Amino acid sequence: MIHLKNIQKVYRTDTIETLALNSINLEIAKGEFLSVMGPSGCGKSTLLNIMGLLDAPTKGDIKIDDQKTGHLSDKQLARFRNKKLGFIFQSYHLINDLKVMDNVELPLLYRSSSEKKRRQLALEALAKVGLSNRVKHFPTQLSGGQKQRVAIARAIVGTPEIILADEPTGNLDSAMGNEVMDILLQLNRTEGTTIVMVTHDENMAKKTHRLVRLFDGSQVQ
Amino acid sequence: MLKSYFKIAIAVLMRRKFFTFISLFGISFTLTILMILTAFVDKVINDNYPDRKRDRSLYITGLEEKGVRKNGENTSSGPMSFYFLNHYARTLKIPTKVAISSNYSSTNTYVNNKKIVINYKYINADFWEVLDFDFLEGKPFTREQIDNGERVTVISEDTKKEYFGDMSSVIGKYIEADNVQYRVSGVVKSVPITTYMLYSDIYLPYTVSKTDYTNTGYRGSYTGILLAPSKTDMVPMQREYEQMINKLPMESNQFDKIFSHANTFIKGYVNTGNEEKSGLNYAFTAIAIFAFLVMLLPTLNLVNINVTRIMERSSEIGVRKAFGASSRILVYQFIVENLILTFLGGLIGIVLSMIILNFINNANLIANLPLSVNVTVLFIGLLTCLIFGLLSGVYPAWRMSKLNVVDALKAQ
Repeated sequence: MIHLKNIQKVYRTDTIETLALNSINLEIAKGEFLSVMGPSGCGKSTLLNIMGLLDAPTKGDIKIDDQKTGHLSDKQLARFRNKKLGFIFQSYHLINDLKVMDNVELPLLYRSSSEKKRRQLALEALAKVGLSNRVKHFPTQLSGGQKQRVAIARAIVGTPEIILADEPTGNLDSAMGNEVMDILLQLNRTEGTTIVMVTHDENMAKKTHRLVRLFDGSQVQ
Repeated sequence: MLKSYFKIAIAVLMRRKFFTFISLFGISFTLTILMILTAFVDKVINDNYPDRKRDRSLYITGLEEKGVRKNGENTSSGPMSFYFLNHYARTLKIPTKVAISSNYSSTNTYVNNKKIVINYKYINADFWEVLDFDFLEGKPFTREQIDNGERVTVISEDTKKEYFGDMSSVIGKYIEADNVQYRVSGVVKSVPITTYMLYSDIYLPYTVSKTDYTNTGYRGSYTGILLAPSKTDMVPMQREYEQMINKLPMESNQFDKIFSHANTFIKGYVNTGNEEKSGLNYAFTAIAIFAFLVMLLPTLNLVNINVTRIMERSSEIGVRKAFGASSRILVYQFIVENLILTFLGGLIGIVLSMIILNFINNANLIANLPLSVNVTVLFIGLLTCLIFGLLSGVYPAWRMSKLNVVDALKAQ
């Protein structure tokens, strides 16, 4: 599903060059749940951003669903992300000015779907994360766990084939973290969604199919 | 999609109320100034009292004589003499009538020990026929009365009130101006001072003028209006006037060229007397520069506020990009949001303009020039809103769209 070949990422400033990722080769199969671990600053999030086409590698090729992505324009990338990818962030990144329902609907705004259809899909996604009763709330009225569940609903509302989660349980206590993890596991099991999750938590990583470890930008496991 | 933009725009406006206040204040204040200016220009240009036959009138406002000599350039320019207009313009074949009137002059007079300033203007008999004054009582003085040099006058409604008070009829009464008593033959609806060619408090026969109206020099203090038999005669009449000017003998060896034009109302209104540069260009440039300066500061202010506001929303921009918004869609979204803000400011501006125009009218700051927000003014106001919204929205939106998604997401 995702093929990373010889990925290198270098950050350059006027004086320093930092090698964030060095020759990463990775194949992630359709329906796989992969976790990425490593110490802070080892390049986990950079790798996830590159997989999510949010950042471009300095060198190397990315193929998603057999499609090369290096040559895509801004508009094509936007459409590709909208259709194939869903994102979950550690700090949720919900839009506080919008109600839960409007936050969840967001990816559908960039598709040609009617308001009625959008509402229906958003309600279904919220039902999957157990938040049907929080539709009209604003994010600031929710707990951390609830916010992350809204973020998951937003990630799955467009039924993407891949979900990229950057420390989704990082800001949550263990009970809430487990709740979120259970939702992701169920998504993977029942819908066959491919999930790549960056985590610091060994226990969470153990629940996934495969673990990749990074150290100083290189893959060590 | 638009509904969603509207929702977020309102939410953002409500979030930072102080910023919103500053933005709306800037927009509405600027628009108010522009709309009042437009109302004024619109009124001056489009109110056609008393020259209701503008579509077949040509205005002669000045004459310029020029001569280049060794010791420099000789120039004489300004209004014409009565002789010039009466002798050369009135004898043209096409015009059916030629109204001749002097610039207005002021004199003081006293009623019950109260000083009143009276502006007076000398006119010929055609003046009453070319122009359609509304007579509230009495009638214009006649050609015979003018020829006989009778001391008669037509006064404005305002002057009647000021000089005679609440008297019901003043026909046959006397009014004093410049130490001379004139008998009132009619009262007309007042003309605003902005119609400077026709404005006066009292109108007098040119034959009672103390200056010599028989002087054969070309220059003096009179202007004229040529009345064509029909609209189609306007161009030939203009040509006839130009031809007459070209054939005009030089009145002195100091000059070798004479310029004078019979212009349409607007061209005549803004005529500066300078042959090289049209007054119309001056007027347009002046209005454009004024509008630009009035709009520049609030636009820059709004651009600045918008940049700050948009950068505050970088996390939202990152999320939208991650979930499928292209840069172009985001630029569109922020421009629409900004247009919503400017139109809101526009609405406040329109209400403010109405209040201020009402105040100007009630305080009678410009006598006999009732200003109002009409369709033209409203249209220009809305157009300004649109330009304002685009100008102040495009740059911040473009900067925002260039944000890198990863950096945008990190910003929170």
